[in-house]
Amino acid sequence: MQTGNLLLLLVVMIAGAYYMGHRRSFALARPLGGIRHLHSLPFYYAMRTAIWCAIPALVVLGAWLIFDDTLIRVTVMDSLPADSQPVDASSANLLLNQIGNVASGAIAASEVSPAVAAAAEKLNSLRSLNRMALAVVVIVVAMLGAAWGWLKISPQMRARQQVEKVLQTLFMLSATIAILTTVGILMSVMFESVRFFGKVPATDFLFGLQWSPQTALRADQVASEGAFGAIPLFMGTLLISAIALLVAVPVGLMSAIYLAEYAPPKVRSFAKPALEVLAGVPTVVYGFFAALTVAPVIRQLGESIGLDVASESALAAGLVMGVMIIPFVSSLADDVITAVPQALRDASLGLGATRSETIKKVIFPAALPGIMGGILLAASRAIGETMIVVMAAGLAANLTVNPLEAVTTVTVQIVTLLTGDQEFDSAKTLAAFALGLMLFITTLLLNVVALHIVKKYREQYD
Amino acid sequence: MDTAEKFDDKTPRSDTPASQSEGEQAMENSTRYPEQTIGSPYVDNAKMSMRDVDVFYGDKQAIHGVSLDIGKNEVVALIGPSGCGKSTFLRCLNRMNDTIDICQVKGSLHLEDQDLYDPKLDVVELRARVGMVFQKPNPFPKSIYDNVAYGPRIHGLANKKYDLDEIVETSLQKAGLWNEVKDRLHSPGTGLSGGQQQRLCIARTIAVSPEVVLMDEPCSALDPIATAKIEELIAELSESYTIAIVTHSMQQAARVSNRTAYFHLGRLVEMNDTETVFTKPEHDLTEAYITGRFG
Repeated sequence: MQTGNLLLLLVVMIAGAYYMGHRRSFALARPLGGIRHLHSLPFYYAMRTAIWCAIPALVVLGAWLIFDDTLIRVTVMDSLPADSQPVDASSANLLLNQIGNVASGAIAASEVSPAVAAAAEKLNSLRSLNRMALAVVVIVVAMLGAAWGWLKISPQMRARQQVEKVLQTLFMLSATIAILTTVGILMSVMFESVRFFGKVPATDFLFGLQWSPQTALRADQVASEGAFGAIPLFMGTLLISAIALLVAVPVGLMSAIYLAEYAPPKVRSFAKPALEVLAGVPTVVYGFFAALTVAPVIRQLGESIGLDVASESALAAGLVMGVMIIPFVSSLADDVITAVPQALRDASLGLGATRSETIKKVIFPAALPGIMGGILLAASRAIGETMIVVMAAGLAANLTVNPLEAVTTVTVQIVTLLTGDQEFDSAKTLAAFALGLMLFITTLLLNVVALHIVKKYREQYD
Repeated sequence: MDTAEKFDDKTPRSDTPASQSEGEQAMENSTRYPEQTIGSPYVDNAKMSMRDVDVFYGDKQAIHGVSLDIGKNEVVALIGPSGCGKSTFLRCLNRMNDTIDICQVKGSLHLEDQDLYDPKLDVVELRARVGMVFQKPNPFPKSIYDNVAYGPRIHGLANKKYDLDEIVETSLQKAGLWNEVKDRLHSPGTGLSGGQQQRLCIARTIAVSPEVVLMDEPCSALDPIATAKIEELIAELSESYTIAIVTHSMQQAARVSNRTAYFHLGRLVEMNDTETVFTKPEHDLTEAYITGRFG
């Protein structure tokens, strides 16, 4: 039986167990005079039965699936005659692949040695046996579990507590998955970065002023030596993010204040979703808007006042990115400003403060954590944004603070390093991981700093 | 069901359809509103005088032609069942109702010679003259000092730090809070107990030296001991301020006020010296309320 079908069957069995548990709890309750004489509601008994059916079966299934492939391989390899045993790990892999291909019919059995053909046959028979055994074992375990859960139902049993415990564990596992994933990503990035720093000194990477990652693949190729100074990239990222935040923070905050404090309900109910649409526009659309509409306008404006503007400029990318992240600031800020209790507004207005004084002195400090949260989110978006920059700011790693010149950012370089045919252990590709790590550390630092600011200046109501 | 709503159905209106049952008719007769407010709503040395005040929330009329005076240095208590409009009326007196878009106020309201609803009037200035203390203590999430200094700062009452310190200290002293907080002026006001918070709010209100202080059920969220302190404070404050207080506690009205106004469903039924209202109420609605038959 296929694993998918087995899972489906298991779901049906769990539902059956639930139903049976439900029936039995009612049946037990009837002679006692109703379900109020049970310790827990019938729902909990039914859930408990379902859980007993599901969890042991799923655990067996999971463990089986983790180990069966390895076991089968080892058995197949052992079955090969001594003279066709592989000599090292890579040839073992090759041989296994070959056997697998023969077994699945991709290679005709007549084309390979009889030993391999025999092994392929054995592989096939082992696999079908394995599947059958798996199905039988899982079904038996599920039935036993359900039966156990069903039999244990009694009016005194504390099913509620047990179900709550299981649910609590489930929630904890979910949280753990999210955290472990982050840790996993971080680890993989770190290991690759360490390899990179083995090839390029960390000081060169951190303090180097020149970025040109093109290295020769073969000895006869003409290419630059390769320079991996990350400063120009980080400057570019900072420059573009700063321009974006300069646009998004004031506009976003002020529109949030307007929406939360001044706008009539009708305007608000229309304007807020309209603003949030901005966040839903795909970044590639912003990208060509920046490259084809904004950049030429900036160029023309610049020329009309005698400035030399590159056709791909940090300014164009930053401005458009700023527009993109306005809703992150405004929507979150609007929510927290609205959440500030009316009593505080009344108190301030009642003392003769004007509306803007109230906003500045009472509402803003009280809403600060949420506002900072919004700005942080916007900043993370700006730092991580790639598409707009690729299209509007270019790929030239210039070390400059002039927003009228072309710059490039960390994320753009990661993309260009990893797209196309690559050798995966060259300094060039490994540099992408080092950049990723730096980016991660930067955003982490940003978060820490922002948290600190919030703690210091926050005015906590309640 | 809310008593006020029950009575609302029986409010006599000229356009009421004749579909009411006999019993309700009888009830209606016994609860008819007086043509004019019973008692003496007017005084000679009025600090604030209101005439024929109507308040509307959208189409719904919340206050019907209320006229009364609040005398100088007098404590006026506004009592009545929930939803009778006493808080709404109080909020008209420093135009706090402005914050509610659909609220509309008609009639004449004066603070001495100043028309409160004069379009040319600066609300900021009015609210500095007529302060307000709210039902639930609502200190700002700032330090005790900054809470009290908030008003003086926005009105520019102190030029130097020294002046401001003095205003803060006297206000806290007047509110009877100074001895409890003088060592922790810079800890947050929200960390105080409920009663202390409410006295902090009173200190904050009197820090801008208002002429009138409006109190909207200032003790309803407090325990009896804190309530007793606030009541003592009201008695002391009445020497220098004019006070209007909305309260649900009849004992409180009897203890702190000079005159008492009884509101019923947006109408001012009876207003008189507090003693008279509580010992010889003239209207049966007033009597029913103060003897605890409803409300």
